[in-house]
Amino acid sequence: MSAGTFAGLAVAATAAVNATAAKAAPSERQGSQGSGLEAFDEVYQGRRIQGAPTRGAGSHGGHGGGHGSGHGGGHGGQAHDFGYAVHLDGDELHIMRNADGTWISVVNHYETFATPRQLARAAVTELHGADLVPLVLTSA
Amino acid sequence: MTVRKNQSALTRTEKRRFVDALLELKRSGRYDEFVTTHNGFIMSDTDQGERVGHRSPSFLPWHRRFLIDFERQLQEVDPEVALPYWDWTVDRTPSASLWADDFLGGSGRPGDGKVMSGRFAEASGAWEINIRVDQRPYLRRALGTGARQLPTRAEVDAVLAMPVYDASPWNSASTSFRNHLEGWRGANLHNRVHVWVGGQMTTGVSPNDPVFWLHHAFVDKLWADWQARHPDSGYLPTTRTRNVVSLHDTMRPWNDVTPADMLDHTPYYTFDA
Ligand SMILES: [Cu+2]
Ligand SMILES: [Cu+2]
Repeated sequence: MSAGTFAGLAVAATAAVNATAAKAAPSERQGSQGSGLEAFDEVYQGRRIQGAPTRGAGSHGGHGGGHGSGHGGGHGGQAHDFGYAVHLDGDELHIMRNADGTWISVVNHYETFATPRQLARAAVTELHGADLVPLVLTSA
Repeated sequence: MTVRKNQSALTRTEKRRFVDALLELKRSGRYDEFVTTHNGFIMSDTDQGERVGHRSPSFLPWHRRFLIDFERQLQEVDPEVALPYWDWTVDRTPSASLWADDFLGGSGRPGDGKVMSGRFAEASGAWEINIRVDQRPYLRRALGTGARQLPTRAEVDAVLAMPVYDASPWNSASTSFRNHLEGWRGANLHNRVHVWVGGQMTTGVSPNDPVFWLHHAFVDKLWADWQARHPDSGYLPTTRTRNVVSLHDTMRPWNDVTPADMLDHTPYYTFDA
């Protein structure tokens, strides 16, 4: 099969996210306050990395109801909005914010970084010139 | 009966049959289904939202069931095969026999990290990386370059001594056995090993590296070891808790298995030690 057949699945995301900010306890909320959330735009090791708060800042991506059962198999990645987006040469880097305010990305999923900029730089190093597989939006 | 052995104790024949079975699952496409499932969960498991496979109490039972499913697939290819485990507190260097060409192959070359030796190397033509986060279709590793040393036995023992399985807020911020074993807190046990291997192992598509199974088989054994040390401690939470899987809730994607069903591994396999 062609490599591309599955490639998109790697970062498959759904547009149907119930970003229910109202359900989040204040302490759980991803606000735009806090360190590392200013925008940046730089060239790092020859790659352009950009980060900026998203309009959805303040909401988080937890899909609300349907606890436990009720989801079928093959549950793809969700397009969680953590109030910030990072792009690498124009491609979105899937990122996630941890409870303690640190960040991880799809490229560095087991190691935390203090700021999105550090996360983006680490992704550049890890990619070693390779392009990200584009984020593919699929419906839930 | 399936006996999971320390990988360092496998015979040449056992290693070859294990690798043969992996390559057959890869060839048939079944292997990549496991990679896809894992990635889907790791991308959607969030500290603030619903979480099943990672950063939550069900990290251990979820991966136990995931490994059982995978082991069954291997055994459909070869009934004599079982998942070996990698005790990274002992076999802690890139020169360990685990990384020899007759088993998982070696580290990646400097620069792009491409694995050049063994049966999972790109040149073998049998291990194309299809489920991926970037365009590189070959297995990559950077053994020992991305993290400090692998965890030590003393670090493992300190985590095994923790008496409480898990605790609020039931995520990567918890002070608990589960979270310290998963590695978001303390000595970073499980997470650090992913980083130490490098390449695909640092990403959401970590099962692309066959060492994923040996690593998680050891993490699974550590859970069993913890249970033996703390017979009066059990899985938590036991009552319905928002966004996480409690003892008697079912786990996606199976929807017919609960953490309670996974507490005893012995109906499925035993360990050699
Ligand atoms: Cu996992
Ligand atoms: Cu893991």
